[in-house]
Amino acid sequence: MTDVAVRVENLGKQYHIGERAHYKTVREGFSNLVAAPFARLRGRQHIPAPSKHFRSNTFWALRNVSFELKQGELLGIIGRNGAGKSTLLKILSQITEPTEGVADIRGRVRSLLEVGTGFHPELTGRENIYLNGAILGMKRAEITRKFDEIVAFAEVERFIDTPVKWYSSGMYTRLAFSVAAHLEPDVLIVDEVLAVGDIGFQQKCLGKMEEVGHQGRTVFFVSHMMHAVTRLCKRIILIDAGKLMVDGPADEVAGEYMDAIVGTGATRTWAEPTAAPGNGGVRLRSVRVRLEDGQMTDEVDMRHPVAIEMQYDVLDAGLVIIPSYQFFNKQGTCLFTSADLRRSSRQSPVGRYTSTCWIPGNLLAEGMIFTTAEIKSVDPHVVHVFEHHAVAFEVKNRIPGDLSLDSFSGDYLGMVRPVLDWTTDVASLPSDAAILA
Amino acid sequence: MSTDSFVRIQASQGWVPVKLQELWEHRELIYFLAWRDVTIRYKQTIFGATWAIIQPFLTMVAFSIFFGQLAKIPSDGIPYPIFSYTALLPWNYFATALAKSSNSLVGSQNLISKVYFPRLILPVASVLPALLDFAIAFVVLLGMMVFYGIAPTPAMALLPVLLVVTVMCALGTGLWLSALNVEYRDVGYVVPFLTQIWMVITPVAYPSSLLDEPWRTLYGLNPMVGVIEGFRWALLGTHPPEVLIVLSAVISTLLLVSGAFYYRRAERTFADIA
Repeated sequence: MTDVAVRVENLGKQYHIGERAHYKTVREGFSNLVAAPFARLRGRQHIPAPSKHFRSNTFWALRNVSFELKQGELLGIIGRNGAGKSTLLKILSQITEPTEGVADIRGRVRSLLEVGTGFHPELTGRENIYLNGAILGMKRAEITRKFDEIVAFAEVERFIDTPVKWYSSGMYTRLAFSVAAHLEPDVLIVDEVLAVGDIGFQQKCLGKMEEVGHQGRTVFFVSHMMHAVTRLCKRIILIDAGKLMVDGPADEVAGEYMDAIVGTGATRTWAEPTAAPGNGGVRLRSVRVRLEDGQMTDEVDMRHPVAIEMQYDVLDAGLVIIPSYQFFNKQGTCLFTSADLRRSSRQSPVGRYTSTCWIPGNLLAEGMIFTTAEIKSVDPHVVHVFEHHAVAFEVKNRIPGDLSLDSFSGDYLGMVRPVLDWTTDVASLPSDAAILA
Repeated sequence: MSTDSFVRIQASQGWVPVKLQELWEHRELIYFLAWRDVTIRYKQTIFGATWAIIQPFLTMVAFSIFFGQLAKIPSDGIPYPIFSYTALLPWNYFATALAKSSNSLVGSQNLISKVYFPRLILPVASVLPALLDFAIAFVVLLGMMVFYGIAPTPAMALLPVLLVVTVMCALGTGLWLSALNVEYRDVGYVVPFLTQIWMVITPVAYPSSLLDEPWRTLYGLNPMVGVIEGFRWALLGTHPPEVLIVLSAVISTLLLVSGAFYYRRAERTFADIA
């Protein structure tokens, strides 16, 4: 299983930009076409003649990208919009050719750059399953074999013979994803398709993708949902401005990306001890936001508890270490501070520490929460680490598709939103009040 | 797990081979795309299959009145209605297939930019649905032969060959035009015009016997001439068109092969431009 499934070497793609870049004039086209065979006869390599309209308006959407992927490996690809992720996927899917470089792929490749490609509104669910399946590269027999499974996964059994133009957008998306989820390639290329449907279905899709990953298939996975990428992939490459910036373990790269590109992320890791915040006494190594199930996340359901976990090395044996967090909202208001004071009475031995602070569910208000990590020691009082806005996460109230939360739809004022105990009693109206009724 | 397949992705240059084997491996997709076009048309139209008959039949009626009766155009001794209807069948197929195939790429932009499959599939699949119309209209032709008391000749066995040549001619032209259409949208305007002119220089409303040699052979460079005279010969027993059919087959083959290579050459830019 250690075979190299995909080898990418110096891949680059140049695009022409500008108003007239896409349509050549007929005259130019013909002169190129006529000249080409003669250029060939003279033993010259044919280089497309640059049109005067876009001679200088070229840019590299991707350049000098190299990496290898072993069979069965799941690779996450992250980067800003327009960074070149989709170009890379399009080249690997053979949709467009690279301008330079080589990519070798061993095994059957299937790509999923969009759900429902080729779906036709007039056709029924059943007909679209066959059409879409064929477009995605499935054989008719294969589709027939998996048909019931596809329909069941999409939860559209009752409407399978209804034209999809009558489907709700949710049903449509579920059906489209379901067809794609039943592909059985050796190498699967997936772009941003999980960001569809309601949360419940997203979770189901993510589960399906994990299943695919466990079947020994090689997977490329692009998503803006960072928690999805880190959950699925152990390895991530970060692409920015067409270049491969970082290639490494998922948590590290994701943290770096959130930090450097998006701003503050939910995971921060300092791989180099010398670059980590701290001093000779204490070094901070990582700060993470995670849920009860251990999953790292940058989105937290308001109702659920969330943990902020910091890992640090104590290098000096004589210190009494107190880790603490300060929580800020987007406006910069400090909501509260919490410290692990139970440790404040004894000296901390040398070692790698992990301190976790649990924030209960139903406390935080909706919005971004920025967390500052601080490590100090008492007696003498020294601040060893003060990492301002080390991590951030978003508290979400109404998860789309889940209406069970509450029926109050107005905005809540206030910086926290605890769920408190209420009592309300009712008695019969006193006679003087009843007069006014 | 099948790891026997291997792809090397890199920039291609100049002319590239036409991968017939890959096309064959994707035959089911060709079928599904053709089936989709047929199904959708029947779902969207009220008359559905009837259109395949109405169109050539009404054209034949108009031709018979204006060209046959009023202009007294000769028809090689065959009743004019069946003379023109026999020609209208392959011609209508050709015109429809040409229109569909030259638009096949531009009309499938979303597929091209999202999924890989051999791009040749699109024009190939687009010339197939019109064959169904041809078959339906052909039944009417058989009825007309009974009506006019015309007995089929042994040459009728050659009809499938003639039909294949027609498909090749339409597909060959369609390949050129569809590839050009991606880069030069002028093609969209050229096709209806081209079809109109092409019909005038094809013996649909008149017999090719109106032309004398050497003009007749020169005229036969139009590959649809041989096909249509071939249809009349096979079904109605007119003069065998001999050299015209050979010319037609040769030119259609040339069109198809050159079209396929040009298409493959232009293919690499489709996803970027479309």
